[in-house]
Amino acid sequence: MAYPTQYRYTKEHEWIDAKNDSATIGITDYAQHELGDVVFVEVPAAGSKLTAGKTFGSVESVKAVSDIYAPVSGEVTEPNPALTNTPDLINTDPHGAGWLIKIKLSSPAEVNSLMDAAAYEAYIEAKQKEASA
Amino acid sequence: MNEHIKKATRHTNQNEGLIFEKSSPGKRAFDLPPLDVPSTDPEKSLGTHHRREGVEGFPEVSEIEVLRHFTRLSTWNFAIDLGMYPLGSCTMKYNPRVNEYVARLAGIATEHPLQPQELSQGCLKIMRLLEKCILEITGMDVVTLQPAAGAQGELTGLLLIRAHHEKHGNPRKKVLIPDSAHGTNPATAVIAGYDVENIKSNAEGQVDLAKLREQVTEDVAALMLTNPSTLGIFEQQIPEIAEILHAKGALLYMDGANMNALTGITRPGDLGVDVMHLNLHKTFSTPHGGGGPGAGPVAMKKILEPYLPTPVLVEREGGRLALDFQRKESIGRVKAFSGNFGVLVRALAYILAYGPGVRQATEDAVLNANYIRKNLEGVYDLPYTRPSMHEVVFSDAAQKRHGVSTMDIAKRLIDYGFHPYTTAFPLIVPGALMIEPTESESKEECDLFIDAMKSIAREAQTTPDVVKTAPHTTRVRRLDEVGAARKPILRWKPAKRSEAAD
Amino acid sequence: MRYLPKSPAEREEMIAAIGAKSIDDLFSSIPETYRLKKPLNLPGPLSETEVIQYFQERAAENSTGYTSFLGAGVYNHLRSVVTDVVLQRGEFLTSYTPYQAEISQGTLQAIFEFQTLMCQLTGQEVANASMWDGSTATTEAVLMAERLTGKGRVLVARSVHPEYREVLRTYAKNSGLHIEEIGFTPDGTLDTRALQNALKQDVCAVVVQSPNFFGAIETLAPLADAAHASGALLVVAITEAVSLGVVSPPVEADIVAMEAQSFGLAPSYGGPYAGVIASREKFVRQMPGRLTGQTTDSAGHRGFVLTLATREQHIRREKATSNICTNQALCALAATVHLTLLGKEGLREMAQHNLSKAHYTLAELEKIPGVKRTFKAPFFNEFTVEFPRSVKIVNAYLLKEKFVGPFVLGSAYPDLTKHALVCVTETTSRAEIDRFVAAVKRALEQPL
Repeated sequence: MAYPTQYRYTKEHEWIDAKNDSATIGITDYAQHELGDVVFVEVPAAGSKLTAGKTFGSVESVKAVSDIYAPVSGEVTEPNPALTNTPDLINTDPHGAGWLIKIKLSSPAEVNSLMDAAAYEAYIEAKQKEASA
Repeated sequence: MNEHIKKATRHTNQNEGLIFEKSSPGKRAFDLPPLDVPSTDPEKSLGTHHRREGVEGFPEVSEIEVLRHFTRLSTWNFAIDLGMYPLGSCTMKYNPRVNEYVARLAGIATEHPLQPQELSQGCLKIMRLLEKCILEITGMDVVTLQPAAGAQGELTGLLLIRAHHEKHGNPRKKVLIPDSAHGTNPATAVIAGYDVENIKSNAEGQVDLAKLREQVTEDVAALMLTNPSTLGIFEQQIPEIAEILHAKGALLYMDGANMNALTGITRPGDLGVDVMHLNLHKTFSTPHGGGGPGAGPVAMKKILEPYLPTPVLVEREGGRLALDFQRKESIGRVKAFSGNFGVLVRALAYILAYGPGVRQATEDAVLNANYIRKNLEGVYDLPYTRPSMHEVVFSDAAQKRHGVSTMDIAKRLIDYGFHPYTTAFPLIVPGALMIEPTESESKEECDLFIDAMKSIAREAQTTPDVVKTAPHTTRVRRLDEVGAARKPILRWKPAKRSEAAD
Repeated sequence: MRYLPKSPAEREEMIAAIGAKSIDDLFSSIPETYRLKKPLNLPGPLSETEVIQYFQERAAENSTGYTSFLGAGVYNHLRSVVTDVVLQRGEFLTSYTPYQAEISQGTLQAIFEFQTLMCQLTGQEVANASMWDGSTATTEAVLMAERLTGKGRVLVARSVHPEYREVLRTYAKNSGLHIEEIGFTPDGTLDTRALQNALKQDVCAVVVQSPNFFGAIETLAPLADAAHASGALLVVAITEAVSLGVVSPPVEADIVAMEAQSFGLAPSYGGPYAGVIASREKFVRQMPGRLTGQTTDSAGHRGFVLTLATREQHIRREKATSNICTNQALCALAATVHLTLLGKEGLREMAQHNLSKAHYTLAELEKIPGVKRTFKAPFFNEFTVEFPRSVKIVNAYLLKEKFVGPFVLGSAYPDLTKHALVCVTETTSRAEIDRFVAAVKRALEQPL
């Protein structure tokens, strides 16, 4: 799966699609592949505050739970309502319909320090080489 | 597919629905003797609000249906009584039947924990003798039999450590835990109010002493060590580890899950361990029963004695035994009453049967594990080459090249008539196969296991799909765990009610 | 040794196959100084006969031949011999935790049935596969309430079993929980006024027991309302599960913590028993312990698996809902077999016997001058009476008459010094009850 070039990415495998002072956040295709079939998602309610680098929820498969780290700081405007009944959207469309939360950014400049698509792809390639060594 | 499998074959077994599906009003399986006092009217004595007409949905079946139901269910299980269970660190050894017999004796099974102590001297003597045996085996000074399981033993141990530090003015903040540790270790540390700090193992799977020296500060309460480690390898430098910890006032906790490699050969107390727990349902043969009960006694050095959970078993004048509840510095109780006495009885019966000869069991356990290791080296990848004790950890690296994982190999092993080994643990070995045969396996059973594992390795190369879609011979094939987690169905519901709800 | 399936020749063969010279070579990784040079100083080895003899001798030093009126959290009940026949099947007794579902369907289906029975009994929506016992289940229920509400204060009724409260205190000390006790009224139930005064928005749980330690049945609806109005959860502990055969289930509770010992588990001097946590479906992800779920296999057949395992220690590690690993599976199986043998009518009848015998005993005791019923609240099979003299003295006399007397409430409640907690179950005959009452009467007539 291609990594959308307009998104930015974190080392913990989150993506963020920022426009002015709002953004959508999700986890990457690499992350969902590592996790396996998603069975449950825990995301904060609208109004919750996010601090860059701190966990704000989790994604659960049968065999593992992954914490999700906030790529930037801000306030949650909307958690994805579809994830309650169809958490598998994260597996089938991790960069689109499987989005986790929409937020209002508190400092939009934070996005610029994150990896772009090319850098992220290089990062996961290196990780995969490491794993098969 | 099965022609070359020597140990197991398909066998007709009975289907059986849920007991509720067999229920029909008016059937009964057990009668009480007639009531010999006037019958109290529940309406009058409890009041309308508090009374109940009967439990709705409760099954109504006959005695034969109950017996057939559970007998049929039992035939769907694998068990030690049927064959080898090479689960790493679980120590699936023979559960001696005399243990079951003595635990059920009138005068043993019938005793109430709060009855007068003068009517319980037999029970207290059993506990006292077990305590003495545990101290001799572990090289410790004092023991509590109260914890209900290994995890509770771990918690008790950490609470004792905390009490000790509090007495010295600073409870401290964290517990060091190796990355190879069993999940109960970090889970327990958190419940005891400590932060968990991971300590990485070195290339040989041992505690990295240099890292340990860096990480042990006066903020560290203890290191939780499993020995042998979950890799089945003896931690060579325990006395040095103890020294590093003690120099900063920290204590050494040992997870005794792997005592089956040490009993009669060496004693953790002699090595410098301050406190440890034992799993009676592992080393001491008490049955796993599908997931418990167990017992997790905690043995310790004298410095921790003041903090023992209450009650403490003491000897009074004339050799009379008593339970002492007046313990000012005790951490309190971790469980109602004195412990899983029925499990303690079974463990003592096991120890009495062996006596000092229990060393032989340890030797046989280590012999079996090394025999299997020798025969499978070169067939499966061995990530850590230090000598194995009672268990050996391989990885699926060689089979992964054909797309076959440890989980697949484990499932295929079922077709060969064995229970799988422990898959995917310890976490520091990706694709782990953790194999512990125990001393209860004959050479014949070990040889059959080796043959099976070699055959599966061949299958992984030549016909990987057979392995990846295993098991093929069980009542059910691989079950949909994802569906079970997404839409949990955790109880039976009568059809009428759920239709109405729809 | 009869538990070791290897002959000396086979050992030699295997040692040679490994390429070692002797068994000692296999222990070379243990530094020489720390290897034991002598055998352990342990009693034995004993033959099977001698093992049995040892325990028979210990059994003779205990309480056989005594009739008991002691309950206080552990109860004598009838159990069918069929239960042990099932428990003794090697496929149940010697099997492991059902992580490999394809070869553990027997255990998994039995647990699913257990979970169902516990829901039916308690009126709750989900129940787990067992906790260690009622005392730790109660503690875990409180920790669950803390996780669900994020708050740290706990209000516990004094009428909850004293040992249960002790266990809770031990666990609470290190988890930042603040425990406060709420007293009881003259009728034996929770002091709702004191509860109201203590309830603020910082409470995570109100913990009561019903029937409580004094035997009194609590009225739960107002307690649930009060708790919920302050954003707290109602935790109800049950020590005598047979009560649910005739007493209405705690449907108002948010979490039920029950001891299942009364269902086919021998008293066994304190354990092993089986705790249960039952609760509402919406709380299931915060529930500790194993859960079995129904599912299908690739061919569409119904099957059962352990599920929602990501809550547990082996996956979540330090973020687990509990550290529990080994639970009480075989004990839960005993309860399942026992309850299916009793069935709906059998449990109702057993409960009816308990209710009747206890009420008969109280009526007879009240005929003795000076003996008074202490609490007005309705009771099931345990009740509190006041004697005109110390219960310890009465019990000492009863002991000589081969009775294990009632629980001395003064040992746990300094304000109830002359009060006794009497328990009567279906196992006590009318003749023994009458003999007991006569003995109590004589005990009270003895010169001081």
